[in-house]
Amino acid sequence: MSMPSPAPATGAAPAPAAQGVRELTFGQAIREALAEEMRRDPRVFIMGEDVAEAGTAFKVLVGLVDEFGRDRVIDTPISEAGFSGIGVGAAMTGMRPVVDIMFGDFITLAMDQIANQAAKVHYMSGGKLKVPIVFRTTLGATRRSAAQHSQSLHAWPSHVPGLKVALPSTPYDAKGLLKTAIRDDNPVVFFEDKMMYSLKGPVPEGDYTIPFGVADIKRAGSDVTIVATSSMVHVALAASEMLAQAGILAEVVDPRTTVPLDAQTLIASARKTGRAIVVDEGYERYGVTAEIAAVIADGAFYHLDAPVKRLGAMDVPIPFSPVLEDLTVPTAEKVAAVARTLCGRV
Amino acid sequence: MTQVTQRSPTDDLEDIRPEQWRALYRQMVTIRRFEEQVNELYTSARMPGLAHLYIGEEAVAVGVCAALRRDDYITSTHRGHGHCLAKGAAVDRMFAELLGKAPGYCRGKGGSMHIADPDVGNLGANAIVGGSAGIAAGAALSAKMRGTDQVAVCFFGEGALGQGILYEAMNMASLWQLPVVYVCENNLYNEYTPVAETTAGSMAGRPEAFGIPCAEVDGQDVRAVLRAARAAVARARRGEGPSFLLCHTYRYRGHHVGDINRTYYRTREEEERWMRERDPLSLLARWMTEQGMADAALLAQIEDEVRGEIARGLTFALEAPYPDLSEVDQHVYA
Repeated sequence: MSMPSPAPATGAAPAPAAQGVRELTFGQAIREALAEEMRRDPRVFIMGEDVAEAGTAFKVLVGLVDEFGRDRVIDTPISEAGFSGIGVGAAMTGMRPVVDIMFGDFITLAMDQIANQAAKVHYMSGGKLKVPIVFRTTLGATRRSAAQHSQSLHAWPSHVPGLKVALPSTPYDAKGLLKTAIRDDNPVVFFEDKMMYSLKGPVPEGDYTIPFGVADIKRAGSDVTIVATSSMVHVALAASEMLAQAGILAEVVDPRTTVPLDAQTLIASARKTGRAIVVDEGYERYGVTAEIAAVIADGAFYHLDAPVKRLGAMDVPIPFSPVLEDLTVPTAEKVAAVARTLCGRV
Repeated sequence: MTQVTQRSPTDDLEDIRPEQWRALYRQMVTIRRFEEQVNELYTSARMPGLAHLYIGEEAVAVGVCAALRRDDYITSTHRGHGHCLAKGAAVDRMFAELLGKAPGYCRGKGGSMHIADPDVGNLGANAIVGGSAGIAAGAALSAKMRGTDQVAVCFFGEGALGQGILYEAMNMASLWQLPVVYVCENNLYNEYTPVAETTAGSMAGRPEAFGIPCAEVDGQDVRAVLRAARAAVARARRGEGPSFLLCHTYRYRGHHVGDINRTYYRTREEEERWMRERDPLSLLARWMTEQGMADAALLAQIEDEVRGEIARGLTFALEAPYPDLSEVDQHVYA
């Protein structure tokens, strides 16, 4: 029996037009995607804590309330469960809300509405009701915010059938994936690494979308595959620079969405290189790295020269002290060291 | 006793014609007989899972839904069969859903606790206590944003007064003047525990704290429920914001069909007193008879018609096919 899983969209994203490509920060790309979608579709609206004049704690939404007004950029009380539920009800009845959950750690407060309500309504109703909602939230440590503002909990919604989960790594991907999320008829949990909001990259002006379930090869290589998500893509790219100096050519593959997962591209890369490392900032235990490693081990077993290695966040609550916190997340040095070991170049 | 900020208004309900009263009576009888049949299906092991019966509380669902239009929304609960039937669900497809059959309202995927019927505004029963408090407010927000005058009703039991999301949602409903009516069915027991052991302070004081007017209603009297519901729904439709109906009622049966031995949490005498003195069907039948709208023959005729409908609906469901096995992974994603 096939596993019930959202079908990966086929076809790559349209190539961005040569002109009209600017350097935007990750945060600006998110804001541009929201603004364009709100102009395109009057059903789209934003709700969450301090989203209007404050433009969120991270200032990502600054200016949107000026264009769209407080009726479509709605400040809520500090009630994650309540406003998530209101979003679900609005989505079930013809609107397309984008619910802002300031810190990924706070999805725990809204988890019933996300996992028991949004995820299940379509199935439980025999396909009659839909919940086109986006829960935008954050992940990522090293902001010195301690254990309740630093977690990367994207494995949680990835575990629940009925949800889709996106986690862009570049401004280009952020804009294209967020537009896809807003246009999707399913609940999407959208994770942005809070440490990447000021990261710059090329972003085309105007409309483009990136289909879910299509991985992106961020760097081609032939010796080892590094599958990396969100900001770990940049850790993997830095590691691949180090490895290149040692003559090891790493291929960095970004799944971009954990649900649906582009297993085919990950497996093909591992078959080509014969070695694979999975890097993700969620807790290593029972996490995204475990799932992806299992997918690769299953699909590329006879092509692998070594076991699939995993690097996730250390299985501890994120500590405050910088010297401790920095130990808990994968670094380029760690990734490169594991890759060298895999390639027998210690 | 709790304080009442808004007494049931002096709506005399005179515009409701005799045949409409008879229709409301028939709805209540339908719910009663439906639930009795569900219990029989359970005890004869013909129904998978279990069910939470609405017997005794029929006047609340029927009175509230009588104040609604077809395009108004409701959200329901684990004890939701009455709400679904009152909002317009058909007996045969209800039975089919309870038996996990293909023609059920959710193609057998939802079952007793998840019946949804968006064609009549039923956004679904919910097996998480308080789980739809936000959803109902969201439907109301949506109606407001789309510029319709639809109203959303959120049914829940007094057990949901223990859930935080109810207060979060009521707070926002009041802040934003959403057209939502919170209908609390106080049947006196949170599952197997008397409400006094779970609920501190004033029930009516809860909505009042958010600036939401609360009407305390005799939930056994369908006329009182309808009167209060009409006022709350009209207020919501006028854009004046949410209301709260605190309906005092009684669950004749156990928390679910298997909750047979209840004497450790309530007495048989209490149950018998409610059934004898406060039965919603008997109260309406007596009033209609006094008003000359019904007599014994008419009531018997309604009874016969309902029993026929129940029997036909049950036969339909028993004979209906199960969903094809290929449906198991359909509708996970839209």
